[in-house]
Order: sequence, then structure tokens, then C-alpha cells
Amino acid sequence: MSEPKGVEAFHQLELNAGHFLIQRCTDCTGHVYFPREVCPHCGGTSLEWIAPKGTGTVYAVTTVRRKAGDGGDINVSLVDLDEGVRLMSRIDSPVSNATKIGQRVKSRVQVNDGKGLVVFDAMQGGAL
Amino acid sequence: MSNLKDLRGSSAIVGVGTFGNGESPGFTDMELLARSAHAAVADAGLKMSDIDGLCSASIGASMWTMPVIEYLGLNPRYIDGTMVGGSSFIAHLLPAMRAIRSGQCSAVLVCYGSAQRTSPVGRREIGQLRRLVDPQPYEYPYEPVLPASAYALAASRHMHEFGTTREQMADVAVAARAWARLNPEAFMRDPLTRDDVLRARMVSDPLTVRDCCLVTAGGGAYVMVSAERAKSLPKKPIYVLGNATAVWNRQISSMRDLTVTSAKQSGAGAFAMAGMKPNDIDLLQLYDAFTINTILFLEDLGFCPKGEGGRFVENGSIAPGGKLPVNTNGGGLSCTHPGMYGIFALIEAVRQLRGEAGERQVKGAKTALAHGNGGTLSSQSTAILGTEETV
Ligand SMILES: [Zn+2]
Repeated sequence: MSEPKGVEAFHQLELNAGHFLIQRCTDCTGHVYFPREVCPHCGGTSLEWIAPKGTGTVYAVTTVRRKAGDGGDINVSLVDLDEGVRLMSRIDSPVSNATKIGQRVKSRVQVNDGKGLVVFDAMQGGAL
Repeated sequence: MSNLKDLRGSSAIVGVGTFGNGESPGFTDMELLARSAHAAVADAGLKMSDIDGLCSASIGASMWTMPVIEYLGLNPRYIDGTMVGGSSFIAHLLPAMRAIRSGQCSAVLVCYGSAQRTSPVGRREIGQLRRLVDPQPYEYPYEPVLPASAYALAASRHMHEFGTTREQMADVAVAARAWARLNPEAFMRDPLTRDDVLRARMVSDPLTVRDCCLVTAGGGAYVMVSAERAKSLPKKPIYVLGNATAVWNRQISSMRDLTVTSAKQSGAGAFAMAGMKPNDIDLLQLYDAFTINTILFLEDLGFCPKGEGGRFVENGSIAPGGKLPVNTNGGGLSCTHPGMYGIFALIEAVRQLRGEAGERQVKGAKTALAHGNGGTLSSQSTAILGTEETV
């Protein structure tokens, strides 16, 4: 297989290796997530990869209710990274429906069957 | 700025039709569409051979206007297959008005049909297929139940910022059901209380199954011609005074502020074209895929300040006899929701302005706003309609 040329594939390969990367535009200095070929802020193509601090704040939260046989209830949250970008993710710990908007969280890359996924854990100190 | 105001009232809806709402076992999407299209053309006092413009959209088929043209035996000079989700059939209005004004065509049929409830292909299978052909690699791995979880996230944020309560959202569903009880075409007409909504099965917190729209079968269609031609047709013409469409994002995770939708832009555009303001509107049809939608759209369209939507809808204020009639057919929550609802919001607005709404008729209604939503709060299209005296 050839080296991936697109940012989506590159981002996933890095995640599979345990590295969570976002983009930063060297033209307008805006951060970008999800990964793009063209900056959605200024239209430029000078996007570089950076490792985010990994800290962020829960912006919105829901619990998807599922039968135990379908995997049971699962948290789905929107997290605002301190760099200013938002992503959908899961608050993995504490394992409960107790995640609240405003909760400070820290990212972690979970690799299952070789595929990396960004999840978050609640940080001590709680809500903002 | 633009000459959109020149188009104000230049076209009128002269025919509407629905078919197969609710359970329609054994019918295909196309069969439901065709029956609705036939009903709308007949309602307009026209023949199918008079139709020279065609607009349609489908969730499943990406080249949908072609089989529709083939099936109905049309030869349209104007074709619009714009697909922005459930708001598509309201978004089809403005381009069609331009086509009619330019002489490109004279009679546009906008039509939709879906056998979603009774389809042999399950929603689970369709969901799996969509992951393959239309992937959302930054959301699907987290296993949200889309679209419900996206609206649940928006609801969570509205509750957090403005103190909106589950009880207030439940009142949206209760009001919709109260209207549905007056509509013989509505699918769910049993009594519904606030407690029924709150105690129903939780789907994605804070939304229970009664905060979510129905899954039905059904078809809907309307016919639009020039204002001049409308005068010679049998039904009372309902004029299009304003229409605008806006998209700010597709994924809920890309929406900047989950409490402000692009209905703010589509509404402002439609009101500007119509030269009107919220106070001028007699009734509203808002795409209520989930109870939070009605609250968000009342705010974004200017019927109450941002954050006040929950308090605005409380205690029957949008129900029959309340201060503002909203979703008088029962909406997507209680009347019908065959995959995409937008066309049904528009059809109900037309029926109300014609005075054909029977027991649920809003007396003396001269203006209506019909608002469509698509995706996960992704596309918004607003139409303002009026009777002849408002043109
Ligand atoms: Zn930039």
C-alpha cells in the first residue's frame, strides 16, 4: 500500500500509532479539526500538524440508551479543546451517566484492533 | 442588495396533495409520490401533461429526479433535485419562482414519497449502508444514534445555557398532539400528557421517544404557477412572499453554537424578501423532528428572544386556543414523518390559508410561515406564504 496522501488517512494512521493530531493554519493561525485539505477559516492550504495539549471542556452531552445486548448505554459528548476546536467523543471515565457540561477532560488515544480513537477522561478539579 | 423582492408574490401554490399517510404496507416510495403528485395536480385543476417543471429529492436514491420524470411521463424544462435533507421541498421554492418568472417553465410540481415505516429495507440496514457510501468518520465511531443524539446534544446545551426544562420540551409534544387530535389525517391521535412524554422510553438523554418525530409512510406534493396564471385556476391561490435557505454545517460536531441554528439566516432572508416581521405571521409550521426544534426555531425566526423558547411554549401556548398556532396538523411529532417532513409543513400552511383545515382551522389566517430543517440541524429553509390580500 502506498503512503497516504490525504489528511484524513494521515490523521487516522497517526491515531493508530497512538498520536492525536490537529491542524493549525500558518496563514491565519486558526486551529482546524476535523482534518482538512483547505483551511475553513481563510481558504488557504498552509495547514500544519500539531499535537494539542489534550485538555478541554465538555460542551454538550448525551447518553445513548441501548439494550445490554447492543452494548449498553454509552456517553456521547462534544468536547471543546483548549486550542478552540470541537470534536465529538466519549467521556470514558468515570463510567457513568454523570458527565456534566463544563467538566474538564483530558484526551487519550484508545487503540482497538489496530484502529485509534480519541476518547476523554474526566480531570480532577471537575467543572469550570 | 438583491432584487429578490421583485419575486415577492410572483408565484402561487395552486395545488396540494397527500397520500398514504401512516401505514401504507405494500407501497413503494415512488407509488406514494405518484399518488400525491396526481392529487396535487388534480387539486390545481391541471393535467399531468401541463407540468413542465419538476422538483424532488430522496433519502435513498441519489439520481431521484430521473426515475420520477420517467414514472410520471414528464418532459420538464426545469429540474431541481437539490437535496438538503428534510428542508429540500421548501428550498425548492425560490429557484422555481425564478424559473417561472423567466419563462423557463410555467407549472412546477414539487413531490415526495417515502415508505419508511413499511419499507422492506430496515432502518438499521440503511444506516449501515450510509456509513459506507456517505461516511462521517469523526462521528460514527462514537456510536451516536443519528439523528436523535445530535438533537439531544443541542437540547443538553439549551438546557444548560437557558434553564430550558424537559417539561417545556414535553409541552411541545403535548401541543402537537392536541392539534393532531383535530386532524383526521394525523397518524397519532390518542391523548398525550406531559407525564406521558417524560416517562416514555429514553432514546438519547434528554429526549424520550415522545420527544422524537414519528416514523410513518406517506407522500406529499404541491404545484406552483405564476401569480397571473393562478387567478384562472379553481383553488384560492396561496402566494409565496418570501423564501430563503441556509446551511452552516452538516455534522452536529461542526455546529459553532448548538443553541443558534441557520434558521436565523434563512428566517431573516425570508422576512426581508416578504417585507414582513414575525408579528405579521398568523400561524407557523415548524419542522419538529424533535421537541427542541420547535423551541430553537421560534427563537431563531424571531418569535421570542434567544433562550426564551422553553418558556414561550409552556402550558399550551402553542396548542389549540393558545397565543400562537404552531404545527396545526400535529407536525412531525404526531401527524406524519415519512423520512423527510418539510413538504408537509408547507402543505399544511397552504390548507390553513385556503381555509380548508376543518376543525383545526385558524380563523381568518392570511399569512403563514413554513420552516424546514434538514440533517442534524444542518439545513434550514423558511417560506412565508400569504393570501391575495397580503401580496
Ligand atoms: Zn487559515
